This record gives sequence, structure tokens and C-alpha cells, in this order.
Amino acid sequence: MPIDSDSISSSVILPDEKKIFFKHIRKENLHTLSGYESVGGYSSLKKAFAMPPDQIIDEVKKSALRGRGGAGFPTGSKWGFVPFDSGKPIYLLCNADESEPGTFKDRVILEKNPHSLIEGIIVSSFAVRCHKSYIYIRGEYVHAGKIVEKAIAEAYAKGYLGKNILGSGHDLEVVLHRGAGAYICGEETGLISSLEGKKGYPKLKPPFPAISGFLGCPTVVNNVETLCAVPWIIENGAEAYTQYGKGQSKGTKLFSISGWVKTPGTYEVEMGISLKAFIDECAGGMKNGAKLKAVIPGGSSTPPLTASEVDVACLDYESMLKFGTFLGSGGVIVVSEHQCLLKLLEHLAEFYWDESCGQCTPCREGTGWLYKMIKKIGRGEATSADLESLKKTAKSMMGTTICALSDAAAMPVLGFINKFPEEFQAHLDQKGCPMKQCGGSAH
Amino acid sequence: MTICFNPQNKLRFENTLAKYEIKASALLPTLWLAQEQFEFLTPEVMDYVAQLLEMPPAHVYEAVTFYIMYKKRDMGKFCLQVCNNITCSMMGSEDLIRLIKKELHIGLNEVTEDKMFSLVPVQCLGSCDTAPVVQVNDDYCENLNPEKLRELIIKLRAGIVLEGPGIPCQ
Repeated sequence: MPIDSDSISSSVILPDEKKIFFKHIRKENLHTLSGYESVGGYSSLKKAFAMPPDQIIDEVKKSALRGRGGAGFPTGSKWGFVPFDSGKPIYLLCNADESEPGTFKDRVILEKNPHSLIEGIIVSSFAVRCHKSYIYIRGEYVHAGKIVEKAIAEAYAKGYLGKNILGSGHDLEVVLHRGAGAYICGEETGLISSLEGKKGYPKLKPPFPAISGFLGCPTVVNNVETLCAVPWIIENGAEAYTQYGKGQSKGTKLFSISGWVKTPGTYEVEMGISLKAFIDECAGGMKNGAKLKAVIPGGSSTPPLTASEVDVACLDYESMLKFGTFLGSGGVIVVSEHQCLLKLLEHLAEFYWDESCGQCTPCREGTGWLYKMIKKIGRGEATSADLESLKKTAKSMMGTTICALSDAAAMPVLGFINKFPEEFQAHLDQKGCPMKQCGGSAH
Repeated sequence: MTICFNPQNKLRFENTLAKYEIKASALLPTLWLAQEQFEFLTPEVMDYVAQLLEMPPAHVYEAVTFYIMYKKRDMGKFCLQVCNNITCSMMGSEDLIRLIKKELHIGLNEVTEDKMFSLVPVQCLGSCDTAPVVQVNDDYCENLNPEKLRELIIKLRAGIVLEGPGIPCQ
């Protein structure tokens, strides 16, 4: 969509020159080393290597950068927990196991700008005194994996990786590790188990990975987007970073938007902008003039927003909390009036049932129960007692397991029941799906 | 027949081992290598991997059955992995599943008699902006509808190589 320069100032669309991740994203050969260097790539290393590592950590703390994988934990604080005097090696694991339904922002970085991730890993590893880093990429991202593998080889050849990088005395080895299809490996301790050659079973915390993670050593696990923000912060300073965003939500963020909109895709915007404006201006608004019914704001694990909430909600951590949901991974899914929410919830519940690792009973059993009860309501075979059971089951799954997958399955179920009770009631009253979408599953 | 990596894969295996702190960490990449050479992971192949990595065979079986991308049996020349998660289902993935079932006469996780195609429902592939998506072996086929999928199946049968994926971003 062409935009005239006058409208940019009032628009939520971020001009290219102000972007942190996507400034040069349309450049043809950005994924190659020469393409990346030609736009100033790897220039943060010189400045970073001249700083004491603790100062880099301080700068990241001051920037208020928060983990972009979904949990939003302050990155600098996470780094600050690492004991540097344990005598054990320290590991930096990049979480590229992007599997949260509705999320595809990291894939854009991996495929189009892999060197920015490598640069982020170098600077971050220097800060946390790490000399060995793994990029854990999901198994399905075969194409992205090949591009990252090539970028790593180029970085080694140019001396950005390996021994004594640019004469700094800092050594760093980076290995790309491919997963094999398991959502749970995106949970940081599940990822660690997987990297240790086991099933991706999450581990009890504490001890937190920063103290005892991969092979019992201090380990930092950071999302792709998080690591990519670090070089910019070091080059431009934390203060420049905090000019973006508002409240506790600083910087820019990548949001992937999909569903019933005209131009789905991944967009970099400033934190705190209006969700409605994001949908209308970045994603072109609703497709085929359909009315918006609901928005899942941050990937499938986040409870939905109603249309009237979408009108006033903003894309920042605090605003989402006000509406009982989360910014999550930034996977915005737009649902139109033509979609039955019970049917949507059926797909969502099936996903968590499929992906529960089976370790904890509330999750292993609960996810299956949720799916079956939602299906029963959808088919019109349920009573209001079943709806109560569904709520009770979902509540019993929260805070009772080793990791958050169980909560992630329960929260959207409760969220849909709370915010769209009329859809559930209609299925009960009409003894079937008013939109004739439930029941006839292709499965 | 004795199961063994060919000389090239033996070398790749050695190089893989060298990247990791402990042998067990090389399990997933070794299984990928084994799947590439042997096409699917039989108990004999899993035993071979266990022997290479000096771990109990049960440990390997456990991993192979936990991670869904490892094939336990012959899934045919083209594995049609249809995403049926939230966005893809809203954008019509169930029609794609119905079409495959009808045109190829197979059910979920089944293989056609001529061993050309299999149908596997998968979870979100991280390509929701181009929904609905089918991953054919390694390649993403995006923005599909039943007509396009029918054409795709014809192309695959005729041995036409797929074009690489493209992702819109701004």
C-alpha cells in the first residue's frame, strides 16, 4: 500500500529508517555476509569488545529489553543471574524453536537476516562470558536452517566466530542444532533436555537455567528477536532504545499478524501502539469487509480480546494485562464474524493435547479432557453441567505442573468462556453449532 | 543386511560429534542423518544409532517416538503435511485434508498404495501469513486452496520440482 509522507507521522507504520530489525529487510542479499556488511552489519562488535562485559549487561538492563519469546522477562536481569565464578562453562542457547501457533516473526529474521542474529549472539556471549552457543531451530524450518548454517560458515570464515574474534581475545563457537517436531522444546528447560539428547521434558525450577542449565552449567536461553535487539542497544545506547515504546514496554517489536486481514505478515512497530490501528494500517484491515469478532493477541496461549476491547487495547505488556491477556510472542490472530469460536477453540485444544509432553498428570490428562469437552459442546451434545466441568478442569490445570504448557492450554479456554459466553450458550441451547462449523471435522 | 552409514555419512557423523560436549547431544542430528540415508527409522537403524552414541537402545526409541518428525515407517515419496492449526483452519485447511483423502484415497497418517503420497496432519508450521500451508517433505507450499492443491499433486506426480518458499514482510 503506498503511503504519502504526510500521513507517516500520524501513522503507526514505522518508517524504515527508524526500524531496529527491519531497516534493510527488503534488501535482496541481506542474508549474505557481504550484503549484511554493506549496511553496517557487525559494526557493534568493535564497540562491544571495548566495553567491560558487565557494562554491556548494565546497558541491556537500562534498555528494559524484555524477552521476546513470550514470557517478557527482563533480559538484562536474566543475564545478571549467571554466576561468573562457578568455574563451569557458561552456555548461551538461542531459542529458534518458534512453534507458538500464530507466530512466525523469528522465521523472517532467520531467513532474511541471519547475520543479525549471529551478531546478537556474539555481543551477548561476550557479555555473559560464554564461549559456546547453540541455536536450537525447529525441525520444520528446513529452509531457514540452511540459510543460518551458511551464515555461520561465512561468519567463521571472516573471523567473526572462532578464536580471538577481531583480536578481542573473545572465543566463540556457534552450532546450529535442529529439533524434530515438539512444541515443548520451545520451553527453555524442555529445550535444554532436548539438547542433552533426551525427550523434551521440562525441568523443575529452581534451579533456574542461569544457575544450572545445559549439562548442569550456567545457561542463558534467549529468543531470536531478543538477541537481535542487543547489537542495536549497544551501538545506540539504552537511552535511545527507551525512546521507543511506553511504560514498562520499551523498544520496537515484531508482530506477526494472520487470519482474516488483507495483508497478513510480520511487521516491526513501536511498542504501545493501538492494536486497532496496527490491524487497519499494517495489515490492511479486515478482508472482504467482514466484521472483526475476536483477536488472539500473542499466540495461541493468550486469551482473546473482544471487538470492543480491540478498539482500545494497545500492543504493550501492561495494556494486555488490563484485558486479562498477554502480549505473548506477538502472534496476532484476527478472527472474523464468520468463524465459530467453539470450532477455533477445538483446534486450539487439540494442539495442546497433541503437544503435552505427558510428564505431569494435570496437563497430560487435562488437555485431552478440554479437547473432548469442547468437541462435545460444539456438537451440541453438552449440558450446562459440562460447561461447568470444562471450567473446573481448566482451572485445575493452572499452576499445578512443571512448566506453563498446561496453563497455556487452560488460559485461552477460560478466556473464550469469559469473553464470549453467548457462543457457548448458543451451542447448548440450539443443541448444535449455529454456524454449522463444529462436528464435521475433517479429522 | 547390516545397517551402516555410507562413508560420506560416517564423516558427517564424526563432524557432528565433534560439535557437542557429550555424545548424547548428537542424538537428534544423528537421527536426522540416519533418516536421510535409510528414509525411515526401523528398530535396526535405531539400534545402530544407539551403538554409535553408546546409549541404551531404549533411549533412542524413546526419542524417535517423542519427536514427530522422525519417520517410523515408509511414508511414501511425498509426505503431505497439512497444518490444521488456528489460522490455517480458519483459512480452509480442512478442505485441503478432505481433498487429499478423496483424491488419493488415504486417511490420516496413511500412504497411497503406489507409495507416492502420505497425508500427515501437523501443528502450526510458522507460516500463518500464507495460510493454509502444506509442507511437502521439506518445502512449504503456501496460500493453497483445493484447486491449487490438486494442481500441486499433479505436478509432484509428474516430477516437477517445487519452487522455494517466499515470505512477505514489511
